[in-house]
Amino acid sequence: MNWVVQNASYVGDSALAHLQLSIPPIILSFVLSVPLGWVANRYRPVRGVLLTVAGLLYAIPSLPLLIVLPLFIGTGLRSPVNVIVVLTLYGMALMVRSTADALEAVEPDVRQSATAVGFSPWGRFWSVDFPLAGPVLLAGMRVVVVSTVSLVTVGGVLGVNGLGLLFTDGLQRAIIPEIVTGIVLVVVMALILDALLVLLGRALMPWTRATATPSRRAARRVLATA
Amino acid sequence: MNYFGSAFAFILDPVNWSASEANPIGSRLGEHLWYTLLALVISAAIALPIGLLIGHTGRGRQAAVLISGGARALPTLGVITLLAVLIGIGLRAPLIAFVILAIPSILAGAYSGLEAVDRKTIDAARAMGMTEWQILRQVEVPLGLPLIIGGLRSATLQIVATATLAYYVGAEGLGSFIFLGLGTNDYPTTLVGAILVVALAVVLEIVYSIIQRLVVPAGVRAIRPQNDRSGATRSRSVVGSPLQEGNK
Amino acid sequence: MIEFRSVTKQYPDGTRAVEDFSLVIPSRKTTVFVGSSGCGKTTILRMINRMVDPSSGSIQIDGKDIGGLEPVALRRSIGYVMQNSGLLPHRKVVDNIATVPLLKGVKKREARLQALELMDTVGLDRAFADRYPSQLSGGQQQRVGVARGLAVDPNILLMDEPFGAVDPLVRSDLQEELIRLQRDLDKTVVFVTHDIDEAFYLGDQVVILKKGGHIAQVGSPAEILADPADDFVADFIGANRGKRALHIEETATGSILVDDDGRPAGTLTGSVPAAGGRAQP
Repeated sequence: MNWVVQNASYVGDSALAHLQLSIPPIILSFVLSVPLGWVANRYRPVRGVLLTVAGLLYAIPSLPLLIVLPLFIGTGLRSPVNVIVVLTLYGMALMVRSTADALEAVEPDVRQSATAVGFSPWGRFWSVDFPLAGPVLLAGMRVVVVSTVSLVTVGGVLGVNGLGLLFTDGLQRAIIPEIVTGIVLVVVMALILDALLVLLGRALMPWTRATATPSRRAARRVLATA
Repeated sequence: MNYFGSAFAFILDPVNWSASEANPIGSRLGEHLWYTLLALVISAAIALPIGLLIGHTGRGRQAAVLISGGARALPTLGVITLLAVLIGIGLRAPLIAFVILAIPSILAGAYSGLEAVDRKTIDAARAMGMTEWQILRQVEVPLGLPLIIGGLRSATLQIVATATLAYYVGAEGLGSFIFLGLGTNDYPTTLVGAILVVALAVVLEIVYSIIQRLVVPAGVRAIRPQNDRSGATRSRSVVGSPLQEGNK
Repeated sequence: MIEFRSVTKQYPDGTRAVEDFSLVIPSRKTTVFVGSSGCGKTTILRMINRMVDPSSGSIQIDGKDIGGLEPVALRRSIGYVMQNSGLLPHRKVVDNIATVPLLKGVKKREARLQALELMDTVGLDRAFADRYPSQLSGGQQQRVGVARGLAVDPNILLMDEPFGAVDPLVRSDLQEELIRLQRDLDKTVVFVTHDIDEAFYLGDQVVILKKGGHIAQVGSPAEILADPADDFVADFIGANRGKRALHIEETATGSILVDDDGRPAGTLTGSVPAAGGRAQP
């Protein structure tokens, strides 16, 4: 605790820098994934390609990607832009699939009846498909938020500002409180952003609260053996 | 792209693989794979039985969801550096870190794999007179296998990624190129390490996706679960892998 | 003979699925439990093979209390057919049918041979033997389910709405098949349905259940039709709505049967007793 008090401003600055690196990829990956996911859902052949690329991208470890990417986008190794682009790519790797799945899961009946009552394709997407896909998109974004906040720390190895520096510095100088502070702050930041996202989801999708009882649990109880 | 050319030239030159070199690619790759295998076996030995038990009984599910979800927030670099300071430099600290970070995926794959099996199929198996062990072995595991493998797949990739940091805390592996390069501002060497890790991860990803396709039981269509609204909150912990459901 | 002695099933949350249920199910007859959803009929059925254990009371099969029997062994000795067949999706039809014999240690070759014979018994082409359940129609899957239920040649066959999920034409095929089977095999069949017509068609003994597993009436279809115990039963079997109260009406082209609402329900064939109509020439 002593260490934290003595280094409050260093910790605060790192946390702020961490937040600044976390927010843009979260927003960007969502904004970019929705159209891509729509395309993937709409055009079958594209779907296979997009999802394969997304899957492979997600498999690539973050540190090597942070090292290779500057060659493609011309930034410096320690540039925040580099970190933001890499994390946006990871977010998209996850969200393109989620979006495609979410849109696919919208019931054809609902879609057809929406068309039947006179929605234009564009209007139908925004007033029917997109909102109904909302819960799945939200679930996907929750994963993106948590993993993004956690992944920003890898930048610390390259010397990028953020809570990751607490780990590299803590290791070099063998300061356990510094590392623990870093871990705790990353987890807390992830949980807070996650909670905010859930609240946002509730505000935007009030109907999801009504159908909170999973039918699966009910089914299990009916089949319970004793 | 000049960097790329020289990095690939370095990797493709057999000389750099021979054991007589100061930092032979072959040895580093071997270590990386060895760490991965070791950590995977240990974490699977811990997490698979627990995950199967949770999936079979449905008990402890909440805790498992919380653990596998919460673990995602754990920064790998933080875990590995903390263990290094606590335990000391060497393989032990990173190995423990790999295991800690791999367990949640395997756990989630196992319990969600069993959960995805149609309740009616299990109920029928029980009604026919299968023992709980027979239900697990003959019904739940075969039908849930694609997801169980999916968990191992995420865990493997997680370990491969984290093993890159092993050199940073005193072990070896492909990360040695990256950190040696970073330490001496030698970007080409760093790039060599990065390319090798990426290649390894991509190869493993492809191998796993083939295995996962092969283990879909005949007679069961490999469908991804339809995310109905109630299922939407189910955490997709084995992200990036095709999910399969065990009913017809 | 299966005997329920004041059996009650209460779930941990306090709901009572079945309350003080007593009944004798005669051997080698078909007993049908019928009632609307939530009346406890499936729970009662599942108590017979100990898929559900009663909270109090006892169940005896041929005078032996099943509470003392090992559930797994008990289940292997009783055939069970459920809605949506409950087949193992990753096993071929023939292996699905042979599941229980294999569990009991019958040799694989023998079990498969026996399974093929059972396919004949339930009217399923042997060509389907190597298909997977998902490659079969709903009606074919149900036939496989019945064959699997018969695989160990059990004395008791439990059937939980086995034909509920197939379309009406296939359903009546399966019902006829079951009657034929029962004539040949002479099992003690316990059948659950919510369809009163199915109950009357298949049952030697029909048990009409109210919520909580309370028996509204037990009897043969004829007894129940002739003398419904109360308004609930009369309503359930459709007597109040006039569906069952038929009378003969003369039309220009011949006599037809008409229900209470005036809807035509069928024609008369053969000679008609002096009930007001004229005999066919």
